Amino acid sequence: MKVVIDTGNYIAARAAMMAKPKVVAAYPITPQTTIVEGIAKYVENDELDAEYICVESEHSAMSACIGAAATGVRTFTATSSHGLLLMHEMLHWAALARLPIVMCNVNRAIGPGWNIWCDENDSIAQRDTGWLQFYCSSNQEVFDTVIQAYKIVENEKVLLPAMINLGGFILSHTSLPVRIPEQKEVDEFLPPYEPKWRLDVNHPITHGNIIFPDDYYKIRYNMQLAQDNSRKIIKEVAREWREKFGTYHGDLVEEYRCDDAELVILAMGAIGAEAKVAVDKIRKNGLKVGLLRIRAFRPFPEEEIIGMAKKCNKLLVIDRNISVGNEGALAGETRACLKDRVEDANVYGFIAGLGGKDVTYIDIEKMCKMVIDGKAGRVEWYGLG
Amino acid sequence: MAIKDFPIEEYVLPGNAACPGCPSTMGLRTVLKALGKKTILTIPACCTAVIQSWYPYTSFNVPTLNIAFEAAASAASGIAAALKKLGEEDINVVVWAGDGGTYDIGLQALSGAIERQTNFLYICYNNQIYSNTGIQRSGATPYAAWTTTTVKGKKEFRKDIGEIIIAHHVPYAATACVSYPEDLYNKVKKTMGIRGPKYIEILAPCPPGWRFSMDKTVEMGKLAVETGAWILYEYENGKLSFNGISKSIAEGKYKPKPVEDWLKLQGRFSHLFKPEKDIVRINAIKDHIRDTWEHYKKLASL
Repeated sequence: MKVVIDTGNYIAARAAMMAKPKVVAAYPITPQTTIVEGIAKYVENDELDAEYICVESEHSAMSACIGAAATGVRTFTATSSHGLLLMHEMLHWAALARLPIVMCNVNRAIGPGWNIWCDENDSIAQRDTGWLQFYCSSNQEVFDTVIQAYKIVENEKVLLPAMINLGGFILSHTSLPVRIPEQKEVDEFLPPYEPKWRLDVNHPITHGNIIFPDDYYKIRYNMQLAQDNSRKIIKEVAREWREKFGTYHGDLVEEYRCDDAELVILAMGAIGAEAKVAVDKIRKNGLKVGLLRIRAFRPFPEEEIIGMAKKCNKLLVIDRNISVGNEGALAGETRACLKDRVEDANVYGFIAGLGGKDVTYIDIEKMCKMVIDGKAGRVEWYGLG
Repeated sequence: MAIKDFPIEEYVLPGNAACPGCPSTMGLRTVLKALGKKTILTIPACCTAVIQSWYPYTSFNVPTLNIAFEAAASAASGIAAALKKLGEEDINVVVWAGDGGTYDIGLQALSGAIERQTNFLYICYNNQIYSNTGIQRSGATPYAAWTTTTVKGKKEFRKDIGEIIIAHHVPYAATACVSYPEDLYNKVKKTMGIRGPKYIEILAPCPPGWRFSMDKTVEMGKLAVETGAWILYEYENGKLSFNGISKSIAEGKYKPKPVEDWLKLQGRFSHLFKPEKDIVRINAIKDHIRDTWEHYKKLASL
């Protein structure tokens, strides 16, 4: 174990390297670029024994990962924003093909106009593709989650791809200290990939040909079961990681000072880290506020949110995304899962930080104050000015 | 190699869902006989996606990955990369795609895969239309041909994709035609000894798409070559050479048949002959064939 100080992107690249993928196919896009540069360097310096395919688009990056994963090897890619949107078709393909591909997505706003700053609309727009989605709040969490993700998705009860999200520039280009285990320890934690099916000339199969409604319907159902199964696996893997390496960021969610809370903040990504500071500050003023940080948006941590709402019926949900025409995705899904289950739950949705607008602990304190003072509506656009 | 000496093994099995007289199935049968068992196919959206039969059945006896329309060449890049890491580079990585998936929606991925020197064989079976969706115009559709999206005949000439591929400086590119299985077989065999990206384009006369009788597929392909409307060539080590009847045409030893002989048999060109002969458009087709030949003769002399 050693401590390295590096940016979220280089830490993501290092984690991917230590997971030993055999094929990496990626295309550069701001603010993800340094991940693929990092990987390229590892491959060229023989620190990573992988084929690195410099594809001509993100659509091809995901297609190449699908081809490689279907041939039976571990794969990795990374993207952001428009790159992720271009991949959309193949994200569905990877999930329906049940291929355990792991990808980092550096959350970035979508144009026009061109905006390279943090915004979660890119990944939220992929929520129905069947991918597991994790949102990280520190570089350590990025490192741990990338390696954990392989163990989760390669489990035969899951076999779905996973997307690890980190905020553009907030984590991607910010250096933070990260505890890095020895390669040997990582190898013990993450054994080599054993595919459940592969393109094999000795056992020829045809994958993905015409399928009629009855069977297709079952495929969709099985994907849902796999997402449901992943809840348990995510918890087990997070626990195992904590035992082995000592770091822990929660599993589907991370609870922070929620036990006696009268108001609980729900947030994802780096806003979750900022919210911890806000909680500490507010508690110094005697107000009982806690944080339920959503690590896994897919599978959706329904039980955890319901459990929290039963203990504390005031939920302040911060969304760095907007499902235009409705509300923030986390707020909407939180409301939906509480409906008819926790009758007295009050959900206050806050849209904040779109297009990279800063969301500091001071802003979060102000949001809390609005709720406590009874001045928050169902949906607030915080900081419109 | 003569047809009678082709391997007896079949990799395209009975029970497939091809139309009677389907050129794609004829071509793939020959291709897989040449490639043999150690082959992984990847197939984008195209007629063959349907022809292979439906889950849980398959009529293909080699591992096959179906992939999205524009993604075949990039999926093949992934397959080839994985095989390299697995130490299984003796396996043939093959894309089998239609002209829509090659000329149009798949061109970017194909160009990228070739530029990266992917060790694979890309085969385009060119029936000159989007046939699986019911006969729409593609970049490969010839001038004046009727399709459901060019009801009075296509206004543009087809894209010369062969030249686009050659411009990537590939180690091997060739054209073929389902009507000449020995030629196709030999060309596929030749690619197996070459590392890097290989491209073969097979003319595939489609009975429902071109509007001719389903027992005339072979004849229709032969006429395309005999009239000079389709040129058989190989591009190897930077050198282009003609094959078969195309070679005889180039050398002046075979006088091409009038192109009307080919056009008249196809319903998609019927508007060129009735109610009266459309001399202007027929001459435009003739001029285009002549110009194409002049151009290719120049390439061959380089």
